Amino acid sequence: MAPSEKSDKVEKTPPVSEKAVKPKAKKDPRDNLFKPEPKPLVIDSSPHDSRTTNVPVIMWSVVAALIPATVMAVVYFGIPAIQLIIACVVAAVLTEVVINRIKKEPYTIKDGSAAITGLLLALTLPPTLPVTSAILGSIFAIAIGKQVFGGLGFNIFNPALIGRAFLQASFPVAMTTWALPFKGFDGISAATPLGQFKFEKILTSLQPLITGNIGGSLGETCVLAVMAGGLFLLVKKYADWRIPLSFLGTVFLFSGLFWLIDPANYANPLFHIFSGGLMLGAFFMATDMVTSPITPKGSWIFGIGAGVLLVVIRLFGGLPEGVMYSILLMNSVTPIINRYTRPKYFGEVKS
Amino acid sequence: MRLLSFDHGVHPAEYKSFSSSKPIEVQPLPNEVFVPLQQHIGRPCEPLVKKKDEVKTGQVIGQASGFVSSPVHSSVTGVVKNIGFFMHSMGHRIPMIHIERKGEDDWEYLEKPDDWKSASVEELDKVILSAGIVGMGGAAFPTHVKLKVLPEKPIDTFILNGCECEPYLTCDHRMMLEKSDRILEGMAIAMKVLNVKDGFIGIENNKKDAIEAMRQRVEAGGYPFKVVPLKVKYPQGAEKMLIKAIVNRKVPTGGLPGDVGVIVSNVGTVHAIMEAVVEGKPLVSRVVAVTGDAIQTPKNVEARVGTPLKSVLENCGGLKENVTQVIMGGPMMGFSQFDVSIPIVKATSGIVCSGLTSEVAEKVYPCIRCNSCVTACPMYLLPNRLSRLSEKAFYEESDQLGILNCIECGSCVYVCPSNIPILQWLRVGKYKVNELKRKQT
Ligand code: SF4
Ligand code: SF4
Repeated sequence: MAPSEKSDKVEKTPPVSEKAVKPKAKKDPRDNLFKPEPKPLVIDSSPHDSRTTNVPVIMWSVVAALIPATVMAVVYFGIPAIQLIIACVVAAVLTEVVINRIKKEPYTIKDGSAAITGLLLALTLPPTLPVTSAILGSIFAIAIGKQVFGGLGFNIFNPALIGRAFLQASFPVAMTTWALPFKGFDGISAATPLGQFKFEKILTSLQPLITGNIGGSLGETCVLAVMAGGLFLLVKKYADWRIPLSFLGTVFLFSGLFWLIDPANYANPLFHIFSGGLMLGAFFMATDMVTSPITPKGSWIFGIGAGVLLVVIRLFGGLPEGVMYSILLMNSVTPIINRYTRPKYFGEVKS
Repeated sequence: MRLLSFDHGVHPAEYKSFSSSKPIEVQPLPNEVFVPLQQHIGRPCEPLVKKKDEVKTGQVIGQASGFVSSPVHSSVTGVVKNIGFFMHSMGHRIPMIHIERKGEDDWEYLEKPDDWKSASVEELDKVILSAGIVGMGGAAFPTHVKLKVLPEKPIDTFILNGCECEPYLTCDHRMMLEKSDRILEGMAIAMKVLNVKDGFIGIENNKKDAIEAMRQRVEAGGYPFKVVPLKVKYPQGAEKMLIKAIVNRKVPTGGLPGDVGVIVSNVGTVHAIMEAVVEGKPLVSRVVAVTGDAIQTPKNVEARVGTPLKSVLENCGGLKENVTQVIMGGPMMGFSQFDVSIPIVKATSGIVCSGLTSEVAEKVYPCIRCNSCVTACPMYLLPNRLSRLSEKAFYEESDQLGILNCIECGSCVYVCPSNIPILQWLRVGKYKVNELKRKQT
């Protein structure tokens, strides 16, 4: 019965053209203010203005800041460098896509964070590492280092370092086999300056350390290129200056202390600052916003803690290098640092 | 010289040039006004008139009910057409008195002492109360309550707030340029009521001409006030920040400026005090900056309270096609409007017609813990943490982290690269925490 009633009604009311209806509609008080057509005004919560920076801008700026180091990696190590970098970045981005698919969420590759992880990981790898291992590391970095925690913003550890830690554990030999720039890889492994000093007490002089004409990971050798990118980030305020300053400063002072006590057995502080992956770590990994403290005081503690750990590992640990572990360890205590460094709020009354 | 300021805060683009050089213009008398019965924090007024009553400009039409309340006056001479619920800038309907204007102004003046210099504090207090003066910077706290000094909280400093730190707004700037003497006289009256000796005038350094004008008039009038140029930073004009900047005192959590012996008043407010005490005029008009990139001719207009927004916009040539938002107040703390028939009220400092793409359209990313909000928050809170706690309904913990201290300045949202509606969550959190507290007691 109901349907027939409905159809009756439709027949009774003749179809009206839109024009006929319009004048009857209640007049919008804004009609004469909006020319030619009324447009709905947007309602939102204050503030109604915002800074133009957004997450993709920050992330892609970090990628841009890594370009000098990447270029130098290619210049020094040639084709293998290109292969490793492309493999890592592509693997990271694809892993992200696949996981987005599995989780049925919008693709997050445009925000640039996966590309950073891939690129950073590549830059910490030795140039002789097989491409397949690098791809595995990249997948691990994104899947376990980031997505397992819930994706961007929720991870506790720097994903690139997680990837590297995985590779270090899985391929300990390949991960410590180095080659010298321009030399090609003829099976003769070279040592990094840190390794040379640790095991043979040969001190590399400062100049090759800074230009990067030494054995080492892809993007770590040319300190100048890394610093140029790092300074760009600091100027743009995309990285907290407190972290590199306190990290590098602590390494300088702490290693300098040992050098003053016993210069024969301990390298000078400048050597420590310019060798290994410290620059890359201090400017690009320790400053990772997600995994570093949110309070200014916390940033100082984070940098100082990482610096102390690094020196301890380098001087007294079994490994010549400790950037990765020092940052990962500090990542793990970041939540605690945040908790205990909450700024006192304005006018807080002591209770 | 290093300019005084507070710590943290943000530097939003200023956009002041739209209207900063436009002299204050008197808006033609509106044909009808809608006078809300509540234009202040506190109890709403009770209407004193009925439908079809004739009213004069300045006649009391709503009576204050209780101490923290403030009367309202008719802003035109005419006939009461209706008393009912009309749309308000907060997005809902509140009781208002709809008056149709009949002819020119026929003033009903306030009872006032002949010379305020020889009048007693009680007399002055009474004038300020009966003039319906409220804080005109936006908070709309009844001024006679603010000026009541409690014996246990002596006041020693008066600060005139001429910061106008909100982007776009220029009404205080123009008033300081054009009505300097009147403002200074109002300030002297307020200070007499409070019985304080130290008077400061805080002005942000982007208004050099206003600083100069005020300095000159202070000197010419022989006032003992000090004009203090301040660093251009948002939210410099927030009471607590201003007090920190000028006298370096911190208002304790949950406290009022009075707790540290300071009273802060807005330029418009002291001007209204002067008009009431010297000229016997109740608060029936105010200066409003009509500005932004989506209004034909930006202006500073002196409009009657209750004038529909629409007539003010029409007086400024109407909205441009690119308009996306009409904001009552400044872009940082104001309210976006969907209905332009709402009236101007005592606390309306500006109307910003903006064609900016709104944040609504922007994509929200997860919090990347970049700490921008932490280093922006003038109250030293952890906005990202608080908004997250409030999102997850952990209200006790957000209370412990001081959520109630948030002054809703919006600095955190302004800097957030993830476009997280932090402040919206904080408002929810504050509301819930207050609710919990009320239940406990
Ligand atoms: S948390 Fe509140 S006081 Fe702090 S910046 Fe955000 S809105 Fe302003
Ligand atoms: S500014 Fe936004 S993204 Fe950055 S920490 Fe605060 S809430 Fe998170």
